[in-house]
Amino acid sequence: MSPSGTPISAADVAKVARLARLDIDEANVVHFTEQLAKVIGHFSDIDALDLSGVGPMTQPFPLVNVLREDIEQPCLDTDEVLAAAPSSDQRRFRVPPIIGLDD
Amino acid sequence: MAIIPTTASGIAAAIASKQISAREVIDSYLAQITARESDIHAFNLVTADAARAHADAIDADIAAGRPIGPLAGVPIAIKDNLCTHGVETTCSSKILEGWKPPYDATVVSRLRDAGAIMVGKTNLDEFAMGSSTENSAFGPTRNPLDTSRVPGGSSGGSAAAVAAGFAPVSLGSDTGGSIRQPAAMCGVVGVKPTYGLVSRYGLCAYASSLDQVGPFATTVADAALITEAIAGHDAMDSTSIPQPAPALVASVSQGVAGMRIGRVTDLPAGAEPEVIARLNEAFATLEAAGATIVDVTLPSLSYALTAYYLIAPAEASSNLARYDGVRYGLRVNAVDTNSMYGATRAAGFGDEVKRRIMLGTYALSAGYYDAYYGKALKVRRLIAEDFERAYAQVEVILTPTSPVVAFPFGDKVDDPMAMYLCDIYTIPTNLAGHPAMSVPFGTGAHGMPVGIQVLAPALGEAPMFRVGGALENAAGGVK
Amino acid sequence: MTQDPLSSIIATEAQMLEGGWELIVGLEVHVELATKTKLFSGSPNRFGDEPNTNIDPVTLGLPGALPVLNKQAVELAMRIGIALNCSIQPCIFHRKNYFYPDMPKAYQISQYDIPLNIDGFLVLPSGTRIGVERAHLEEDTGKSTHVGGATGRIHGSDYSLIDFNRAGVPLVEIVSRPDIRTSEHAKEYVAELRAILEVIGASDAKMEEGSMRVDANVSVHKPGTLFGTRCEIKNVNSIRALGRAIDYEARRQIDVLDSGGTIRQETRHWDDAEGRTHTLRVKEDADDYRYFPEPDLVPLAPSAEWVQAVRDNLPMLPAARRTALSALTGYDTQSEAVIVVVERGQHDYVQAVVDAGGDAVRALIYVQQGFAEAGPVPTVSAADLAKLTVLERDAKLSATQAKTVLAELVEHGGGDAAAIAAAKGFEAMDTSAVEAMVDEAIAADPGAWAKYMAGDEKASGAIVGRVMKASQGKADGKIVTAIMQSRRG
Repeated sequence: MSPSGTPISAADVAKVARLARLDIDEANVVHFTEQLAKVIGHFSDIDALDLSGVGPMTQPFPLVNVLREDIEQPCLDTDEVLAAAPSSDQRRFRVPPIIGLDD
Repeated sequence: MAIIPTTASGIAAAIASKQISAREVIDSYLAQITARESDIHAFNLVTADAARAHADAIDADIAAGRPIGPLAGVPIAIKDNLCTHGVETTCSSKILEGWKPPYDATVVSRLRDAGAIMVGKTNLDEFAMGSSTENSAFGPTRNPLDTSRVPGGSSGGSAAAVAAGFAPVSLGSDTGGSIRQPAAMCGVVGVKPTYGLVSRYGLCAYASSLDQVGPFATTVADAALITEAIAGHDAMDSTSIPQPAPALVASVSQGVAGMRIGRVTDLPAGAEPEVIARLNEAFATLEAAGATIVDVTLPSLSYALTAYYLIAPAEASSNLARYDGVRYGLRVNAVDTNSMYGATRAAGFGDEVKRRIMLGTYALSAGYYDAYYGKALKVRRLIAEDFERAYAQVEVILTPTSPVVAFPFGDKVDDPMAMYLCDIYTIPTNLAGHPAMSVPFGTGAHGMPVGIQVLAPALGEAPMFRVGGALENAAGGVK
Repeated sequence: MTQDPLSSIIATEAQMLEGGWELIVGLEVHVELATKTKLFSGSPNRFGDEPNTNIDPVTLGLPGALPVLNKQAVELAMRIGIALNCSIQPCIFHRKNYFYPDMPKAYQISQYDIPLNIDGFLVLPSGTRIGVERAHLEEDTGKSTHVGGATGRIHGSDYSLIDFNRAGVPLVEIVSRPDIRTSEHAKEYVAELRAILEVIGASDAKMEEGSMRVDANVSVHKPGTLFGTRCEIKNVNSIRALGRAIDYEARRQIDVLDSGGTIRQETRHWDDAEGRTHTLRVKEDADDYRYFPEPDLVPLAPSAEWVQAVRDNLPMLPAARRTALSALTGYDTQSEAVIVVVERGQHDYVQAVVDAGGDAVRALIYVQQGFAEAGPVPTVSAADLAKLTVLERDAKLSATQAKTVLAELVEHGGGDAAAIAAAKGFEAMDTSAVEAMVDEAIAADPGAWAKYMAGDEKASGAIVGRVMKASQGKADGKIVTAIMQSRRG
């Protein structure tokens, strides 16, 4: 059975929030689950469509082979860019320890 | 003191012929902003000093006999999701608050090259996600025609700026109706060009395969003028159509005699009765002007909303992943990078953005892709094919822009589905990648303006502007 | 002098695993392409610059930035595909979504189910054919430096610093089929791949500098049963380390299985100093990259004309070069001399020596033995080396003398071999003088001579050594042997 139209669970929402790196507390998981369930419930309308033989449309205007020549362009100013960074050190972007992430 | 023209074309002509200075024009518009902006909140940032300096530079060029651009001295408001070098660009989000881009969007540099003067960055629904501008992290924009009502969205600030006389023209972006719907609600002209006609380089992406930049104006001719100025191939955007900008202003006054105009017989229901009445009057007007009205069907149209709310959030979930607190924008400190991500994004994004990110992440996630995202891409093709069949019979199609007129604040904020339905007539053109425009055409409930939407096939801007011009001529006669 | 054909078989036998286990290896090789600019933007693709200087809006993943594909990167990827006998097909790009601080957009633009190059193969110099599943284009990440903590490694660090110069550098990921059965073949595959990448100008392919990165998928099974659970080995920074890592990992997996355990699918880190692998992370269902077609790029469909033009301009590949060198010298294509000289790119030089009138076999051996550090174009001119080969071939110099002259040539970057030989007092010895020396040597060591007469070839060494000593290396070893053989009758 196609899962479209099946209700989204709080566990689904919690998992999706983790994947999307959005800290959401339990109360909000319930709140978002209700709202998203309503929206996803509406999506079951497309189950009525016969889509066999219909190809996916990923691009509205069909172009192909858009390429640029291998020629250097001016770079951004490092100082200007680092000035906009939340934290930098030794002309690099600084982040807290990288743990809890994949390799 | 000289009378300041109200249109971009009028201003450009008056300045070029030295009837008026660029400084006088900009001072006049800045005065209007000072008078009403606190009531409207069209802007996240008014760049008054830079605008005056730019105007003075243009006046100096004119005095010295140096060449000036075709839009020299024309004030323009820019949606705050278009990058402006050194000028704060926030997307009305806390996550980008204070960010000054190190580069200009292509449309911004083209307008500057043409001599247009930026007066400020306009408010929007956060990351262009919304239909009322209530989702701005910096507070909503009010409809200048009735400040108890929303201006529409997501480009509510750009629509309101033109409606309030803060600038004769402005730029917005349209992913599912974000130019046309607020244009209709604020009683101004709004154009979404063909996907690929206007560069997206420097437009902070919401949904890459749907986003398109376009103008707001008080007249159809001004909308054509600004479209011409920003259109044309850009090598920085792989999806940019490799053609020069089309000539469009001339189309506006060509009339509709002999044109075939489509009426959709299976249009999804839900429009207010006054809106349907205005649509019928529009058909009658065009028929009287020599056009033939032809019935067409778009059977897949009712599925557009579902396709849109799967495709747009899916792309958005990926496009907005870059706001991670590493290189720019907000960071909420935490003991490790992964915790920093979650805390930063939770604090930086508003609820509607979070909803769409989660929805899109869900639609793309393992086990759901085929049922949701994959299927939506197929529905998208069905819709495009429906249009293709219809455009074999007609040059343009007429529908309402929005099913409803501008509504009061708070009416739909807690009901995402009700809000999403505001875009039911505008979404299909984004899915197909076609151009469409909204032209003010009388009023509906509560005396609020109604917009009529003119749809055309890809690169059909010229016939679209012909019909837009004819509707504008007739609009004076409707209530 | 050609390599003993048994030696390779013996090497293979040595890899057979006890207990009836068979090793299964597939390799994923990432190579940085030798373009001037990034895969999707115009900032320089250059190693070693000041941090965060080769950056642009696309590289940094700034809001509003859009990718535009580098034509030269496509061309180099096509060269790789053609060199690996792949089909080149119309393809698209996908986004691979994951969060990591050195990945600016939080997605990598890569190719997923419709890559540029598919279904190729690589024939190892030893003759084994290894399937190539795909070779696709993707962008590189930035570089993290972990600061603080005891080890400077990621665990226990106080914070990390990110340099985005490398972000967006074009990569081709070459994925082999699991056709590799020994660590020797894995090493051979990587060495041959590296030689190909260098020859076609696609990459400098330096494992030590990270412009070529090899991950090994290793599993063991009993022949006739399904493949075992595989582990992915990362951080293999040399060909030698690759062999050690595979051998270690195979042993580890067999030990686990033989003691009744099971293998978890996981990524393991090779520690070259410790000579072992460690668990880096366990593969989980949570690995959900949410691939979808990249909406900011359009399909890539190289025309037949473009593919043909790339094919026509491809230089001769290492395998063809070995064949040519084999034909020139009579050495087997699998002989070490041929393999090594081609690997170093010195085959054209050997040909030039022959063209200058030199002796082919001696040219090959001199280059193999004397030009290890010389690169594809040694400073010693082909003509200079040709003269030396002729002197030895015509018995004007003994092999030992020739070696000495060769060393002089290498040291001084060339010179007249005859003049050097003369200056050193080298001259070919009169055969009768050598005969006398052989007779003296036989008389001095009758025991060795008796053994030699009885058929013990090894015993000849003692006699030859005496002659060489007496002649101060001037006697030609081959002539000495010939005299001894004639004495034996």
